Amino acid sequence: MKHSTLARTVKLGISSLLLHKLRSLLTTLGVLFGTSSVIAMLAIGEGASEEAQEQIRQLGSRNVILRSVKPREDFATGGGQSVRVLSYGLTEEDLGRIAETFPGVARVVPVREIYEEVRFSDRMLNPRVMATLPVYRDVTGRVVSEGRFLTDQDEVGVANVCVLSYEASRYLFPVASPIGEEIKIGADYYTVVGTTLDRVRQQSDLAGAGKSSAEVFIPLETGRKWYGNMQVKLRAGSREMEEVELHEIVVEVEDPANVEFVANACREMLKRNHKQSDYEIVVPLELLMRAEETKRIFNIVLGSIASISLLVGGIGIMNVMLATVTERTREIGIRRALGAKRHHIVSQFLVECVVLSVGGGLLGVALGLATPLVVEHYAEMRTIITPTAPILAFLISSGVGVLFGIYPAWRAATMDPVEALRHE
Amino acid sequence: MSEAARVPVAELIGVTREYRMGQNLVRALDDFSFTFGRGEYWAVMGSSGSGKSTLLNVLGCVDRPTSGDYKVDGVSTARLDDDELSELRSRKLGFVFQSYNLIPQLNVLENIMVPLFYQDDPPDDGEERARKLAERVGLARRLDHRPAELSGGQQQRVAIARALVNQPALVLADEATGNLDSATALEILDLFDELHAEGRTIVLVTHELDVGERAQHVLRLKDGRIESVARGQRSAAGARA
Repeated sequence: MKHSTLARTVKLGISSLLLHKLRSLLTTLGVLFGTSSVIAMLAIGEGASEEAQEQIRQLGSRNVILRSVKPREDFATGGGQSVRVLSYGLTEEDLGRIAETFPGVARVVPVREIYEEVRFSDRMLNPRVMATLPVYRDVTGRVVSEGRFLTDQDEVGVANVCVLSYEASRYLFPVASPIGEEIKIGADYYTVVGTTLDRVRQQSDLAGAGKSSAEVFIPLETGRKWYGNMQVKLRAGSREMEEVELHEIVVEVEDPANVEFVANACREMLKRNHKQSDYEIVVPLELLMRAEETKRIFNIVLGSIASISLLVGGIGIMNVMLATVTERTREIGIRRALGAKRHHIVSQFLVECVVLSVGGGLLGVALGLATPLVVEHYAEMRTIITPTAPILAFLISSGVGVLFGIYPAWRAATMDPVEALRHE
Repeated sequence: MSEAARVPVAELIGVTREYRMGQNLVRALDDFSFTFGRGEYWAVMGSSGSGKSTLLNVLGCVDRPTSGDYKVDGVSTARLDDDELSELRSRKLGFVFQSYNLIPQLNVLENIMVPLFYQDDPPDDGEERARKLAERVGLARRLDHRPAELSGGQQQRVAIARALVNQPALVLADEATGNLDSATALEILDLFDELHAEGRTIVLVTHELDVGERAQHVLRLKDGRIESVARGQRSAAGARA
């Protein structure tokens, strides 16, 4: 019996709302857009932060990365045409200190960058050419897709071999497998022995010759032997000599809990031994924590926007319902005269509010689920719809209907039947 | 009459109803006592402001006396709360209004059934009853029409069917023919006559003399008091002061 009463009330509510289709539709818009924007924004935000976190995670959350940075030129550059030699950056000495004296450090990997072009037949690329040790793969979590990575034999034998990243191999060898082919780095020939997967699957697939994640790895010893510390960098017509011992040192910490401690130790050590600030320290874990903090703030902001928009939607519903109650005063009087109790009137109007807000909520969920797809397609952004978002948005929008329906329904129910019947 | 042995349908005992109109206190019913017997057909007449509408509202349990007691079918209403009064309306009373007052979004059948919706324990045969009543008032073929699709006379017939669906002890009609042309009004009055013949108790408020004269008895009000009581032809003529 109770069940059919509710069904009848809902049916009556819907037919009352259908009496004013446009008004009902407009009333639901507030909740509709509130709900859909929450879901869409949440999906886009979640996607963006997931992507950022993915990138950071790939740097290695147990790693501390030290990089050489060209110091700011605070001295006057006289003339301009003379060839300057800039000496800066991390040194072998730094590497040794970290490896030998720092507690809690598992592995230390040096990287030298070689400023040379890479060619294969008529194709030319400007990748990041890195001379490094075989452990680099482990420490940074590179995945070999074909062939092998650098080995200790390569290192000992100062072999002219190289490993290409996916991006680099795809550009230089669009069709055939690169394994066994000889490519030219600067003036020397290297045999390709393997390829790695790209670290971050980004939207950089667009650009063919993009430098973005094109990487070429050669043995550290080979790099030292053939290119030395002094390198020429061509820059906007002028030539610049640079002397950099190591471009990057990746420090892997044994226990993730010690990452911060090791990072601080590195910072202290570098501060003591470098006269100028020609280095930077990147701590992926810190970045990760910062990214999480950013996400938390983003969620708070989003939550506020969502509550405001749902509040506005709710007020819209309340406004229309108050007008409806006034408009239907006579109907309320009739129903009361025919025996309707106060709770019947309350539920009648409350049900209409809930139908409005639930209807708006459902449409909003549909729109909110569709928007990220469109965004993903056109803006090429990653979006993630967590299952809780639409459920939560829907529940809240229904709650809004109840909350903002209470007052109009109460107004309707407490009318004096005699007065209501007299109302024209 | 054998009615004396039975419980009266509606019994007003010293009912006073006062309104506040701005600064003034208006006494719409003044120490009003009267009994409507079972199966009687009364017309309540009087000029506007005589208290006839207030009397109808009190009889219909939509208004409460300021003092005094009102018993419906033997049940005292003085101590009932709002819900209990509502339940009483949905079980014991039937309303027919001047402007029909059907609910626009419901069809004929649903409109007839409205009083049953609000009963705490609605009967299972509600729809069957409503169909029979629709047939009784000649609207069996229009069950799924909306009020807007019906003429005034048809709407009033639906309203009468609605007033009967809960098998009320008392049918109250407020200027039930006031919005109808004279031919249709006569049809409706014929319907009331039939209901009376079936043994219904009817109280009809009107200010039209010819409508009042159709009733079995006429109760005239003035200033919230009984002015005169005229017994119809079928009962002994006389006054009850």
